Amino acid sequence: MKAALFVPCFIDAFFPEVGIATLELLERLGVAVDYPLRQTCCGQPMANSGDQADAAAVEALFVENFKGYEYIVTPSGSCTHHVRDNFDAIPQTQEVQEVRSNTYELVEFLHDTLKVEDFPWAEFPHKVGIHNSCSSLRGLRHASMSELAEPEFSKPKALLSKVKGISFAELSRPDECCGFGGTFAVFEEPVSAKMGYDKVNDFKEAGAEYVVSADSSCMMHQQGCSERLGLGLKFIHIAQILNGANS
Amino acid sequence: MKKIHHAEASSYFIEAKDNEAFHDQRLWDLRQKRDREAAVIPEFQELRNLASQIKEHTLTHLAEYLEQFEAKAQANGVTVHWALDAAEHNRIVYDLLTDHSVRTLVKSKSMLTEECELRPFLERRGIEVIETDLGERIQQLDNEPPSHIVVPAVHKLRGDVAKVFARTLDTDPDNDDPNYLSEQMRVKTRHFFVDAEAGMTGGNFAVAETGGVVVCTNEGNADLSANVPPLFIASVGIEKLVPRLDDLAVFIRLLSRSALGSPITQYTSHFRAPRKSGEMHIILVDNGRSERLGMEEFWYSLKCIRCGACMNTCPVYRRSGGLSYGAVYSGPIGIILNPTHDMRKYSSLPFASTLNGSCTHVCPVKINIHEQIYGWRRVLAKHNQLPFVKKAAMKVAGKILSDPQKYRKTIDVADAAIEHLPRFLLYSRMNAWGRQREVPAPPDQTFHAWYLKNREGKQ
Repeated sequence: MKAALFVPCFIDAFFPEVGIATLELLERLGVAVDYPLRQTCCGQPMANSGDQADAAAVEALFVENFKGYEYIVTPSGSCTHHVRDNFDAIPQTQEVQEVRSNTYELVEFLHDTLKVEDFPWAEFPHKVGIHNSCSSLRGLRHASMSELAEPEFSKPKALLSKVKGISFAELSRPDECCGFGGTFAVFEEPVSAKMGYDKVNDFKEAGAEYVVSADSSCMMHQQGCSERLGLGLKFIHIAQILNGANS
Repeated sequence: MKKIHHAEASSYFIEAKDNEAFHDQRLWDLRQKRDREAAVIPEFQELRNLASQIKEHTLTHLAEYLEQFEAKAQANGVTVHWALDAAEHNRIVYDLLTDHSVRTLVKSKSMLTEECELRPFLERRGIEVIETDLGERIQQLDNEPPSHIVVPAVHKLRGDVAKVFARTLDTDPDNDDPNYLSEQMRVKTRHFFVDAEAGMTGGNFAVAETGGVVVCTNEGNADLSANVPPLFIASVGIEKLVPRLDDLAVFIRLLSRSALGSPITQYTSHFRAPRKSGEMHIILVDNGRSERLGMEEFWYSLKCIRCGACMNTCPVYRRSGGLSYGAVYSGPIGIILNPTHDMRKYSSLPFASTLNGSCTHVCPVKINIHEQIYGWRRVLAKHNQLPFVKKAAMKVAGKILSDPQKYRKTIDVADAAIEHLPRFLLYSRMNAWGRQREVPAPPDQTFHAWYLKNREGKQ
């Protein structure tokens, strides 16, 4: 199987280890991975601000880079949600529609497409708290939502449960938004920070050693909050654990 | 009209730490009670679908149902008035009151009358208006608007209420026992019911088939307001129609469960006809609703039954308080309702959201609230209503991110990354990020640089 890897701009810049882990993990699982070199961003920051005009060229470039691939995989729930559900600043040609429907977030790609049974190389003897970003939870349906009183399921937890030695911390408000919200983090700084503080305190009180998520952007915000509060929480992307990181 | 600045207003709310913590926890408790109530009804999701469909059907046949309602109500002996806007509504009420020489009006809680600013209108004309819902009365006495559409004083601690009552009702300022405060409210409000020459309610629903108005309360104050004084006026928004009594059952099952996590309100009162020797008037109010009904993307917000579930679940609302929205309707539903009235004034509200989507999934009538918030952002951008800083940042970001060379130049050098990245990735001044959060340490190299070094050309 062949797939294109999309490494979102903030992962490229701030969390290269997440991109590396994703690439290595996909290769371990037998996927031939292309990394189109002219890639930048999916257009989400502009589009979420309502600014379709400035999103258009970025979305067009994304299509230019990723057209023709059957699978476009990215370690970011929020970018996947944007591409799949909101990517309409440009005309919706056949090509654009294909790129949109062929874009997969890593967890769902592993869980639903590759149906990975185990990660024999992975061992993580730590207590982790799972953070599902709102895009992953309610946009991509990574896990059951408390709002719907539906049978419980969690794709990230199902994958992590295959890792040796891992244990899970249960939050008091598992589905609560952490307050990152893209530009919300700076334009609504007082509420954003308060939500972040509440979120990391919930992890701390639940006894989590690590916060693990499919979204580095939420974790960048939470880590900033945790460090400011001196909570000592550690943050790691799910790709890193599944790829065999052990701390 | 002066623009509302939600972020700034929220910072004052968060500074009052005890109030903020109580507010968040109290509303979260309501959300959890709602979850428990939803979980024990196997057909809860089916009810939401039904409710949504009934509302969409009614709204797309609104003229017929309104006329049916009017005819039925008139046949029941009720006088029906039509008000195009708030001014006409207030004028109708005022004329009715002066015709009946009313000096004191008792009313139950009604967001529509808040929307029309009826109380100050009447007070300026010498008519005393007494709010009879406990929370709403607290807000009236404190000269504040309601901060929540169901629990209007939820942002206040009991100590705050004790102070308000001591100042306005001459109670003991040091006694903040809820029983004492409620009893004081009861003692000091009762006589108004007896003395008032007129009573007023809003309406949760209006049933076309019966011509009746349905009011749901927990305190019974609407029943006293409607039944004791000789003149009774009910103000109802035209979107409150449901076709039949059978349809109403669907909404009654959803309303209180969604709002407060209780199976039903203590009182579900059907007002259909005037009492003997009394008069009953119903005012059907448009005030922008027809206009919204014509908005292709936003008319769904008319399905709202004002349960407040979206507010209770909203992590932003819980931490910023209803008053920070600077509008009659706050929280997620307020974000999508208010700009239909004044886009410029409320242009910051659609950004007072993380687009987390929880609101949409608790909404009993399945309004796609977070998608409408997203939609409003696009409308605001199109009408040049984005803040200058945001628009400028997006322009720069759009230019860099659509040009691979520029993008690489901006982020590939580690030093440059420290210098430029946060600015163009976070789109604002660093201090907004760093005031309460640490800034991430830039790595030695980008993923792209690693890839070139380790993979490109080696395969």
